[in-house]
Amino acid sequence: MTIVVFVVLSLVVTGSPGWPQVKALFFSWPDAREALPDIGAAIWLNIKMFLIAEVFILVFGMLIAMARVSRSPWLVPLRIVGVVYTDVIRGIPTLLLVYLLAFGMPALHLQGLPNGAFFWATVALIISYSAYVAEVFRSGIESVHPSQWASAQALGLSRGQTLRHVVIPQAVRRVVPPLLNDFVSLQKDTALASVAGVFEAVFVARDYGNYNFNYTPLVVVACFFIVLTVPLARLTDWLSARYRRRELAGAL
Amino acid sequence: MSALLEVSGLRKSYGDRVVLDDIALSVDAHDVICLIGSSGSGKSTLLRCLNLLEDIDDGMITFEGAEISDPRVDARRIRSRIGMVFQAYNLFPHLSVLDNCTLAPRKVQGVQRADAEARAMSLLEKFGLADHATKHPDRLSGGQQQRAALVRALCTQPTLLLLDEITAALDPELVGEVLEIVRAEAESGMTMVLATHEMSFAREVATSVCFLSEGRILEQGPPAEIFSNPREERTRQFLRRVL
Repeated sequence: MTIVVFVVLSLVVTGSPGWPQVKALFFSWPDAREALPDIGAAIWLNIKMFLIAEVFILVFGMLIAMARVSRSPWLVPLRIVGVVYTDVIRGIPTLLLVYLLAFGMPALHLQGLPNGAFFWATVALIISYSAYVAEVFRSGIESVHPSQWASAQALGLSRGQTLRHVVIPQAVRRVVPPLLNDFVSLQKDTALASVAGVFEAVFVARDYGNYNFNYTPLVVVACFFIVLTVPLARLTDWLSARYRRRELAGAL
Repeated sequence: MSALLEVSGLRKSYGDRVVLDDIALSVDAHDVICLIGSSGSGKSTLLRCLNLLEDIDDGMITFEGAEISDPRVDARRIRSRIGMVFQAYNLFPHLSVLDNCTLAPRKVQGVQRADAEARAMSLLEKFGLADHATKHPDRLSGGQQQRAALVRALCTQPTLLLLDEITAALDPELVGEVLEIVRAEAESGMTMVLATHEMSFAREVATSVCFLSEGRILEQGPPAEIFSNPREERTRQFLRRVL
């Protein structure tokens, strides 16, 4: 049955009237081979951007989440900033943030700040994803049962110590799957840097297309992204299965 | 000598619902006070008020000669002198049993890791948990978890122990091993206030029994008196139901 479906689907696609042109434009083997080395080199820029951004996103996301769950009256301003930040930033498409920062910030002529498109595109990703990751962390913190707070406080731990030693360690374990989900998404969104003129994989592929009137390299880039994200997705599945097993063990 | 813990005129309500009203209680060193009464009579809330997990609306709590119900009092200092064990164990699932026991001594009382671990290990050994010290709580049985929670509370060397129906969540065959520890602690002179449904245990260990009903201590006295010859009709009704 499955095979029949796939055969029919592929017949529909390859039998369509425009297929020869599409095939020549997007699935041309010689063009794929020709563009491969350049794309392979450029994808490293995506990976670099992803790795740098990830570190900052984890740190900022956690700080924002901690500000939002704070109860101290002294931290009210911080809490308000946290709420406004997540609300506003999550409302802006990441693409617009990349445009705004990569073209807007250098135009300000601020002293001492780098002007590179790579730098500002990375900053845009950090700003955008920190808001999402902060919400992931916050939901994790709030999922820890109040009895954990009670028993930590009964032992004399302060709110800060309880957060640090009891609540956050449990919260982080729980949110690993949704966190990795966000990072799969971040990996792909490094492609948005191409609009700022960063010479990453998508930009290289488009560049090739513009010179040779062939868009096969875009498909090649897509394959690269799949190869990068699949391991992360499998890791996500594996981790959630592991936590599920552990929680079941606890219920026995 | 004045009492270790003295409660007078304590009142606590959630909105319009009064859960504790005009509670007076005096606990001397080495006392074992058992709170009995049906669910919702206020036993747990009273215990939570005693170690300041709940704010009280009126009344006064004095502990070791100082008023602790004053909002300016540093609740953390008081709590680290009062141990508390909960019905649902509330162990920290991400830490090993040993780390559960050493967290408060190390982080709150500033004890060196080696000293804290040595003290925790000797207590774990005493309560038959030495083999489980490196395991995580989820790997232990309910009885073992509750014993570990008791050790965790004892590791801060409290002068008063509050036990909130600590056997209520356990399978019947596991209740004994936990009560054994409580009995041993009582015999070695630990001061305790415990909410319990184990009437035979209360009769045997308590120095004094309080019957709570609708947020009030209706009757208090030595176990022999309360269990054999209660003064109040409602105490009689309750005891008929549970005994």
